[in-house]
Amino acid sequence: MVGVSGGAVLAQGGEKKVIGISIPSATHGFMGGLNWHAQETIKRLNTTYPHIEFVLSTAGDASKQVNDIEDMIATRNIDALVVLPFESEPLTAPVKSVKEAGKWVTVVDRGLSEEGIEDLYVAGDNTAFGRVAGDYFKAHLKSGAKIVILRGIPTTLDNERVEAFEKAIDGSGIEILDKQHGNWNRDDAFKVMQDYLTKFPQIDAVWAADDDMALGVLEAISASKREKEMWVIGGAGMKEIVKRIMDKDPQLPVDVTYPPALISSAIEMTVLNFESDAPMSGRFIIGSRLITPENAAKFYFPDSPF
Amino acid sequence: MKRINFHVLGPLVALVLLILLGWFLNPAFLAPANITNVLARSAFIGLIAVGMTFVITSGGLDLSVGSMAAFLAGITIMAINALAPYTGVNWGTVLLGMGVALFGGLLAGTINGTLITKARIEPFIVTLGTMGIFRSLVTWLADGGTLSLTSDMRTLYRPVYYSGIGWITWPIITFAVVAILGELMMRHTRFGRYVEAIGSNDRVARYSAVNVNRIKLMTYMLLGALVGLAVIIYVPRLGSASGSTGIGWELEAIASVIIGGTALKGGTGRVWGTVVGVLILSLIDNILNLTSLVSPYLNGAIQGVIIVLAVVLQREKRTAGER
Repeated sequence: MVGVSGGAVLAQGGEKKVIGISIPSATHGFMGGLNWHAQETIKRLNTTYPHIEFVLSTAGDASKQVNDIEDMIATRNIDALVVLPFESEPLTAPVKSVKEAGKWVTVVDRGLSEEGIEDLYVAGDNTAFGRVAGDYFKAHLKSGAKIVILRGIPTTLDNERVEAFEKAIDGSGIEILDKQHGNWNRDDAFKVMQDYLTKFPQIDAVWAADDDMALGVLEAISASKREKEMWVIGGAGMKEIVKRIMDKDPQLPVDVTYPPALISSAIEMTVLNFESDAPMSGRFIIGSRLITPENAAKFYFPDSPF
Repeated sequence: MKRINFHVLGPLVALVLLILLGWFLNPAFLAPANITNVLARSAFIGLIAVGMTFVITSGGLDLSVGSMAAFLAGITIMAINALAPYTGVNWGTVLLGMGVALFGGLLAGTINGTLITKARIEPFIVTLGTMGIFRSLVTWLADGGTLSLTSDMRTLYRPVYYSGIGWITWPIITFAVVAILGELMMRHTRFGRYVEAIGSNDRVARYSAVNVNRIKLMTYMLLGALVGLAVIIYVPRLGSASGSTGIGWELEAIASVIIGGTALKGGTGRVWGTVVGVLILSLIDNILNLTSLVSPYLNGAIQGVIIVLAVVLQREKRTAGER
């Protein structure tokens, strides 16, 4: 557990508050970005509100995360908890007991399995993530066009995205040749795409559904020398991909955001709950936006690891 | 005699059946492009599995190889990126990077081997520890993101994975050469005989004046160097490494060794069997992707069934043969 102390207590006259933040560790590109944004936000808020102390912990699995949260309550006496649950089910009871102890609870991205526990819910929009991509396919492909899909790790979140995508292209005459799991992993996506390329003589476009997977897919396409036949849409907003969109790469026309910076929104809003009279409880859903060559600069964070 | 022959040929028969099944389900399966893809992809696990055959035959185990590969890929990429401004964008720089991978692998293997032989800690525990260490190190070096080669070095290095002699690409050639050398080493050298002797009974081997610790250390060093070699051909494929590189490779390598007929408790090693095991595993993956026979949720289950089945069949044949 890393303690990021605010230094001078009560410097601004505000009351001393401790905010605990518990997030998954940086094992995947997206989580790496999320960790980076969390640390940057803490740094910035520390200078603005020196009397607020942040306790950041990262966990590699659900049970470690439960331990972290228990430690925060027992030893750090937190006033609020910002948590991105590793898994919904196992985290529900521990977060509920934090709430019952009278603390403010902000849940990020993956909801808990019981409703009404959290004060504030901040998340990306998985349905929109699939729909925005699907709308783009529908608008830019003719009827009869053939596409393939790479899915993420088998989860309900992945199902939501794929269902929304399929609904969006419904009735367009676009044919989905196949959808397999690339597990949000570059190597797996490379393999699956190689097999797609062997299996299907005609592919007009690929929905890679994640930027890490998109990079693996692009590599498989270029190895088979079929770059001119198809374009690829990833997702999330990885800096390499955003850069290529800025440079108008014909193979990567657009991207759909699912910003790792959503953790920043969650931390900021939690702090504002203590620092302002603005109402902060409720649900805050961050829209999935289309990154195009025109607006790409706004989504480009060259310093982030993601 | 007939029975024993069948036992030895078991994995080969399974491989042939799988190839026929793949061809029957989708004729594109035997297209040169698909064969190149599958063989080249198998090369990483293949190289590691050849090394793993020696470690397992000597009665050891190495769980750290997947993480080690990720870590070595990370430092290789960082080394090449750091050197390029000084040494220029040329093959010299690539060779230095390859040196980092090989030397790093040798060093990592030495660390594992030394802890096992000198500190006398169980191989399972040592490599479970180093598995976590290597994985964290690469995540830390990448700052939680991805380490990527600069694009000019990438372009230069890329042919190492994608070209070769006709459709036989360099990874395939490397895998074939290492497999042949490994088989010769196991069958026809003193080192190979010692490895088998230690695996079947290390006390007897010690009384027979075999330097058990040195041979054990050497198996881990060999495995480390082969992980380095695998990294050399892995890096040019996607030009990047991250915390999720090489997850599960150790289990795939161990499974290949076992499917190939090497005993998990040590004593008998069969390198060519390992090669067949590697091919069986990657063909299953390929065939499932090519045919959409079952829900992709079940791919892992099918691989699991085949692994268990392969070992069960061999066990039964072995007891039959011994009887």
